[in-house]
Amino acid sequence: MFTLERRVEQSKSWLVFSPIMAIGLTVLSGIIIFSVLDKDPWMSLYTFFIQPLTTGFGFTELIVKATPLILIGVGLSIGFKANVWNIGAEGQFTMGAIAGGGTALFLNTQESFLVLPAVLLMGILGGIVWGMIPAFLKTKFNANEILTSLMLSYVALLILSYLVHGPWRDPGGYNFPESKIFSDFAMLPILLEGTRLNLGTGFAVLSVLIIYILLSRTVLGYQFKVVGLAPAAAKHAGFDRVKLIWLSMIISGGLAGLAGISEVSGTIGQLLPSVSPGYGFTAIIVAFLGRLNPVGVLFAGLIMALTYIGGENAQIEIGLPAAVTGLFQGIILFYLLACDVLARYRLRYKPFLKARDRE
Amino acid sequence: MDVVAIVLTIITASTPLLLAATGELITEKSGVLNLGVEGMMLIGAITAFAITTITDSAVLGVLAGAAASTSLAFVFGVLVLIFLANQVATGLALTIFGIGLSALVGTGFVGIALEPLPKLDLGLLSAMPVIGEILFGQDFLVYLSFFMVVLVAYFLSKTRLGLILRAVGESHDSAHALGYPVLLVRFLAILFGGFMCGLAGSYLSLAYTPLWAENMTAGRGWIAVALVVFGTWRAVRVALGAYLFGTITILQLHVQGWGLEIASQFMSMLPYLATIAVLVLISRDGAKIRLNAPQSIGKVFTPSR
Amino acid sequence: MITAPNDSQNNMKSSYDKASGEPNALLELGEISKAFPGVLANDGIDLRVMPGEIHGLVGENGAGKSTLLKIIYGLLRPDQGSILWEGDAVSILGPSQARSLGIGMVFQHFSLFEALTVLENIALAIDEKCKTQELRSRIDEVSRNFGLSIEIDRYVHSLSVGERQRVEIVRCLLQSPKLLILDEPTSVLTPQEAESLFETLNILSKRGCAILYISHKLHEIKKICHAATILRAGRVVANCDPSKEPIKKMAELLVGSQLPEINRGRLTADGIERIHIENLNYTSKDPFSVKLKNISFTVRGGEILGIAGVAGNGQTELMSVLSGEVKDLDEPSIIKFNDQIVTSKGAAERRLLGAGFVPEQRQGHAAVTEMSLVENVFLTALKTCDLEKSGFIDQAKASSLAESIISNFDVRTTGVQAETGSLSGGNLQKFIVGRELLQQPSILIIEQPTWGVDVGAAIILRRALLDLAKSGAAVIIISQDLDEIFEVCNKIAVMADGMISILGDIAAVSMEEIGVLMGGQRYEH
Repeated sequence: MFTLERRVEQSKSWLVFSPIMAIGLTVLSGIIIFSVLDKDPWMSLYTFFIQPLTTGFGFTELIVKATPLILIGVGLSIGFKANVWNIGAEGQFTMGAIAGGGTALFLNTQESFLVLPAVLLMGILGGIVWGMIPAFLKTKFNANEILTSLMLSYVALLILSYLVHGPWRDPGGYNFPESKIFSDFAMLPILLEGTRLNLGTGFAVLSVLIIYILLSRTVLGYQFKVVGLAPAAAKHAGFDRVKLIWLSMIISGGLAGLAGISEVSGTIGQLLPSVSPGYGFTAIIVAFLGRLNPVGVLFAGLIMALTYIGGENAQIEIGLPAAVTGLFQGIILFYLLACDVLARYRLRYKPFLKARDRE
Repeated sequence: MDVVAIVLTIITASTPLLLAATGELITEKSGVLNLGVEGMMLIGAITAFAITTITDSAVLGVLAGAAASTSLAFVFGVLVLIFLANQVATGLALTIFGIGLSALVGTGFVGIALEPLPKLDLGLLSAMPVIGEILFGQDFLVYLSFFMVVLVAYFLSKTRLGLILRAVGESHDSAHALGYPVLLVRFLAILFGGFMCGLAGSYLSLAYTPLWAENMTAGRGWIAVALVVFGTWRAVRVALGAYLFGTITILQLHVQGWGLEIASQFMSMLPYLATIAVLVLISRDGAKIRLNAPQSIGKVFTPSR
Repeated sequence: MITAPNDSQNNMKSSYDKASGEPNALLELGEISKAFPGVLANDGIDLRVMPGEIHGLVGENGAGKSTLLKIIYGLLRPDQGSILWEGDAVSILGPSQARSLGIGMVFQHFSLFEALTVLENIALAIDEKCKTQELRSRIDEVSRNFGLSIEIDRYVHSLSVGERQRVEIVRCLLQSPKLLILDEPTSVLTPQEAESLFETLNILSKRGCAILYISHKLHEIKKICHAATILRAGRVVANCDPSKEPIKKMAELLVGSQLPEINRGRLTADGIERIHIENLNYTSKDPFSVKLKNISFTVRGGEILGIAGVAGNGQTELMSVLSGEVKDLDEPSIIKFNDQIVTSKGAAERRLLGAGFVPEQRQGHAAVTEMSLVENVFLTALKTCDLEKSGFIDQAKASSLAESIISNFDVRTTGVQAETGSLSGGNLQKFIVGRELLQQPSILIIEQPTWGVDVGAAIILRRALLDLAKSGAAVIIISQDLDEIFEVCNKIAVMADGMISILGDIAAVSMEEIGVLMGGQRYEH
């Protein structure tokens, strides 16, 4: 009978290998899925995974899509490392869009270079405030942060819906539920002519750097790691668990808020009822795929962005339903979790013993 | 204000919550946290809808929906119990996967309208004013939901198998030391949870609103998980919680008709805000949680030696 | 009269003979040996329990009692030796087989389900299916017959520890055992609860059930046991009839009558009061925790205070209180380090005042298993060794500190980047202690410094502690190992039941005094 035996040391090679294996298995599964949907599997694979990268423009689109995923994913990885499960990044993203977007609308007629910084700042604050609520409920009342942050996501989406249908609706917008278009002063500058590549990507790369340094070189980053790995040791060292919970929610909320305002001020240009195709949830997968390591998150973000782009591409080119994207994302995570077991445990063969006599 | 109509809509709104939460209750009582309820409900919903459309049989549809969800729960069980994957992450994966797969399968079924589940007709009894419709005019899933609550409550408190389940959830090490098959018990509990989620999803797409829409659960799966906490892991309390939430959900719809000047979105927020409120209320009492929550929940079980 | 183990004739005479005159022992262990990596837990042990006899198994932790118990109950298999049950040779392959033979065991740490009722707990534990009504009446019967009052429908979490133990015993008795094993049963009972336990045991004995009573509390052994076997370092050192032996004699056997070599050179207290504990009282929220009661003592620079005692008497609680991990003490507790009141200060602050702590558990508490050695240096040395520069960790400094630890304390490892979980127990302990010592604390409190550590490493560690004291630091060593305490400490105290009795200068104290105190009796000094 086979049993899983805990390894003495985490297998470093498996830690790197298992995401790769998971992706490989996903591609294989893709072949099966495409066949079932009556599409030529190889053509579909090409359309989904390769074709988007064949043009320069396609490449920049990949980066544009990856930007929010990376920003949010990097923030989530800190929290997950510290065993704080922020599942409500979607809500913090939305609130960032609302707070920053609201500021942009408020300053719509101002012509000043201070508008953009103000908009960005408010966006970050919006995400922070929304992230502080679960932190407060967890530290004060011991309420599970998974459920509270998630519920707040739904609330945030409803607030957005209310605003764009009501008080913030563009009067000159033919009754569509959308806000006025932001003025140029509130928009993130484009980095490359002819593309949608904007400063938001710069923020994403910066966040990877900053969080990487935070985790690997600072005392705070160290505290996050210890409190997640060994709470008793954290206590022994005198680390403040409450402070760490607050900080991890503030950081991940702030980054999600930044992602939200960057999306709205960079790519979209106004507030709409839906400003995110589920970035907050996909970012969770990105965080795991990237091994909770900022650099890993960078690559994982690009890969997951590919599933979005590929999905859109396949929809247009070969009529694949849009939902395939979500399916692939779920499958990657499943395979990753399954492959991960071999990084922590070793497969062992043991002669069969009845449960009663084993103890 | 038609009280009967309101009560009827409360029942319809509460039933999916009740079914899903009762299933999750058994899963958690065995010591496993399954956050994939939302995904399993959606799979159940689309499968039931699809099969009913194709075969014209609601019964087949419900059975198919339950079977589909149970299969998904099976995958969860394998990952969490045998591959020892992190329960929170795996549950999330289940939800994301379920949302994706159901959306994919559902693309061919958008816009189709079905007959809602047939309601019971006991002739004179059902024709009685007020009580007739409420008690004797429901569809079979509603009656099944009540039956399940009673069954689960009885199972947990009065049967030996229920006792073993509770023991496993309390302390898997002690249960293992006594010789009970911890993994098997948990697996069955997970499958049962999946089955119930399938029923809940089927109800949504066949009775609540007999149509399919992507992501139509709108967070009900998560509310069901919160309901288990709210009901402090006791079947009857969980059922009451489900009805409380059903009431809140319906309230928001009817408030429009009362001429209050509140935007619909704020009313829609009520269930989610209420979930947060009840979580806070219950979680505050650390002692109560410790007493009622299955102590081994989320902990990895590795039989040593 | 105490007999040497080989004197079988005297054994027979002094053993309690059942009225039936049957000379056959109920349980007879012959030459039982069991080894684990690095330690011979049982070395050729003979044990003889007669039917209906209350037989005491006496010995310190580490003497091999728990291993022997596990062998009898089928949780472990012996490497060598024989087991005879009612005259027949048997191999006990597991607890269910032990139970079917008629052996019941009440563990020291109960395995009851807190959220379930007494009835439900018992129903889960008995091996046959039984209808609820029938079970109730059987429980009632056992309860009445043996004076074990329990309330069947109460939830276990609401029961006192004494009541829980009664449930455990009833659970065993329902299966009509011929031998009941009790492992340190009174360690968690009040004196009154202990009394009623003894009454029950006497009834059981009169009805023919033999009892194997494991304890280090000599006054209890003397009170209720008909015979006793004394273990030390895995071997039987004596059999006796406790009713006839003075406690002092048994204590001598328990701890050994020879004083270990005192090899510590001259330690002179320099007079500076570094650790001052006054009226320390602490009640933890955990019902199984030991309450700390009225602890007061002082340690000066240059002194090494050894707190001796059997594990489970409050040592862990004392450690967490002193290290600052626990701060909600009962009034009027006062803790002072280097003349500063630290009672409400956290661990990091205490370290800044010059204190260092090494708890008993290495993996997961004193060090983080999944991190490298360098990373574990930060855990406690961050501020004291100036490893922090405006929020950033000085990697180079930390690395060189880790290197010094490794070289100064002979830590066998692949390097500072090695994962902590890959180090052997002894090497990890050397690293952890080295980490604390290189911070040059003026106060060091260390729990079980050399358990599970090889001899070579133990020597290095003890020498390091001596050197630290010589440099003027005040050191407290909490240890179950009396040899170690004698080797290193110059002052001694004994901890029992959450209280501490100061004995003073180690040169002036006798082993019997210590043994008696460890046995739980108050000794007026």
